[in-house]
Amino acid sequence: MNARTLFEKIWQRHIVVDRDDGYTLLYIDRHLMHDGSAAGFSRMRERGIKLRRPNRGFATPDHYLLSDSGNVADIPDPHHRRLVEAITTNTAESGVTLFPVGDERQGIAHVVGPEQGVTQPGLTLVCGDSHTSTHGALGALAFGIGSSEVAHVMATQCLWQRKPKAMRVNVDGTLGNGVTAKDVILAIIAKISAAGAVGHVIEYTGSAIRDLSIEGRLTICNMSIEAGGKAGMVAPDDTTLAYLDGRPFAPKGAEWDKAVKFWRSLPTDEGATFDHDVSLDAAAITPMVTWGTSPEDALPITASIPEPSTAPDTSKKDSMQRALEYMGLVPGTPLEQVAVDRVFIGSCTNSRIEDLRAAAKVAQGRKAVIPTWVVAGSGLVKRQAEAEGLDKIFRDAGFEWREQPGCSMCVGMNGDTGKPGQRIASTSNRNFVGRQGLGVRTHLVSPAMAAAAAVSGRFTDVRRLLS
Amino acid sequence: METFTVLTGVAAPLARENVDTDLIIPIPRLVTLANVDLGRWAFEALRYHKDGSENLDFVLNQPRYRGASILIAGRNFGCGSSREGAVVAIRRMGIRCVIASSFGDIFFNNCFQNSVLPIALPQEEVDRLMEEARTCTSGAAFAVDLEDREIRTPGQRTVAFEVDPNRRQGLLKGLDPIATTSLRESEIASFQDRDRKARPWIYS
Repeated sequence: MNARTLFEKIWQRHIVVDRDDGYTLLYIDRHLMHDGSAAGFSRMRERGIKLRRPNRGFATPDHYLLSDSGNVADIPDPHHRRLVEAITTNTAESGVTLFPVGDERQGIAHVVGPEQGVTQPGLTLVCGDSHTSTHGALGALAFGIGSSEVAHVMATQCLWQRKPKAMRVNVDGTLGNGVTAKDVILAIIAKISAAGAVGHVIEYTGSAIRDLSIEGRLTICNMSIEAGGKAGMVAPDDTTLAYLDGRPFAPKGAEWDKAVKFWRSLPTDEGATFDHDVSLDAAAITPMVTWGTSPEDALPITASIPEPSTAPDTSKKDSMQRALEYMGLVPGTPLEQVAVDRVFIGSCTNSRIEDLRAAAKVAQGRKAVIPTWVVAGSGLVKRQAEAEGLDKIFRDAGFEWREQPGCSMCVGMNGDTGKPGQRIASTSNRNFVGRQGLGVRTHLVSPAMAAAAAVSGRFTDVRRLLS
Repeated sequence: METFTVLTGVAAPLARENVDTDLIIPIPRLVTLANVDLGRWAFEALRYHKDGSENLDFVLNQPRYRGASILIAGRNFGCGSSREGAVVAIRRMGIRCVIASSFGDIFFNNCFQNSVLPIALPQEEVDRLMEEARTCTSGAAFAVDLEDREIRTPGQRTVAFEVDPNRRQGLLKGLDPIATTSLRESEIASFQDRDRKARPWIYS
């Protein structure tokens, strides 16, 4: 048989119909839902049809929950409150599994899926959220869809898809101290651009990726969408199996053995080819900071704000000028001299236990000089962090340990936004204009770099604080 | 769904790369308004000043492009989130066709669910169309012909474009995707039967 990629193997396994116009009806194994998925349920009701396979659905509220209260009645906006309440009634009526507010298993959908073992190698998994690419870290084919396609999956358990191309991003070598998965993915996006992987599924390979924990791989795959990728994936290996073993929704006993045998067959065959190949040297990656309004505007912390005059063309020059104006930055200023007003540690990119440990390591014995929030990705992450004493480290350092897991300031749908003109060091995934509030200036960084900014009041090379 | 056959209208040049979905429709509008009201807030940050007055520098506010139904945009249009409200917002604003060299993948898919036609063309062609949209007589119409898969410009140029045959049919006839897929019921059922034997742990 021809040598095949991980992506190719999963794709072929899920073909229901191959149409001669190049479209495939692809079977969908798992459908994650959140409080923004209410539109899908409404469409089903309007049509008077039931979910085809409700036991493939897993739901948890995340976007609209307040970060300082687990009480839904406290949500001031009645529309938001209704959306959070709707997930309870919608799942109860349809038979979809719910991890509700107040249940430790509740959290950000892209944290909960892997944590519960809902996400597994070889699956197709969708969710009405662009950061669904996260789940590829366990060797699944996972991608975000719009609300019409959410309804389509609810009704048919399938999606029409044109087969994407395959891209391999290889990162070999060893990451330096203080350099994390977040820095790797920002370096990748800076290299290939925010449109670099449009129409492609990315497989991340190489020793630096292999050496990452599942948490690190989740961070990398999460931001595949910021490179324009349809999905991001890492082949399942011993790290993946060790992570999944014993999780509530992972297979058990004889089924586990059978699944493992299948999972072991998934990694890309030797000699398989990709439509595009990109490689990075792990040792050359430094802690990164974005300076503009696209995730591709990322630079090493040692760099300075770029000069638009150095842009390769006028279109790029214009976009740099616009970005610098919005961000209130002067070309030539060293990044380490840029003062920060506020820090957010959280989001589906960086709110897992490893992220919180990395931030706590920097916070320990230091004091925040600017408001700093930490929002755990799930109730289970929060409990573990508290068991390890991380909450105490954060509190002693003047960081705010927020009460309720959820998306919080990453997207600000719950009202957690900054003030116009504020500069925020954020561990989230998007630095778009207005993303964290009207006129707010977002800089994407790793949890360790966010903590370094919190205790310094400006962007700071975290490697100095760790030595 | 509304059909899309031949669209005739003014084309507006939005020479900006990476126009993301937050820029197309900001979250506060998205979560508080019904779909029907989103049009007014499409491109809010570009379209209005902080005091709520219109920013006349923004292309869609300029008299000659007001009411444009075709948008010619920079690379990677619609990147970012999966919010279908981004397509709904531009549609409600009156835009039925977006032309760019590349699109955010989810946005691109969402267009077809909402009777909006996204057309991907090589950058040089997008640049030429943008230039013509800037320099043509004010009010001159472009035609986007989905039947014949071509764009006809005021300068009498014809630019062919490609679109997936089934998606084209879906737009031309205003087909309902769920109803269309439901015709495949027996194939979906037999897939599940086969798959259940091969991967029982998925079904337990």
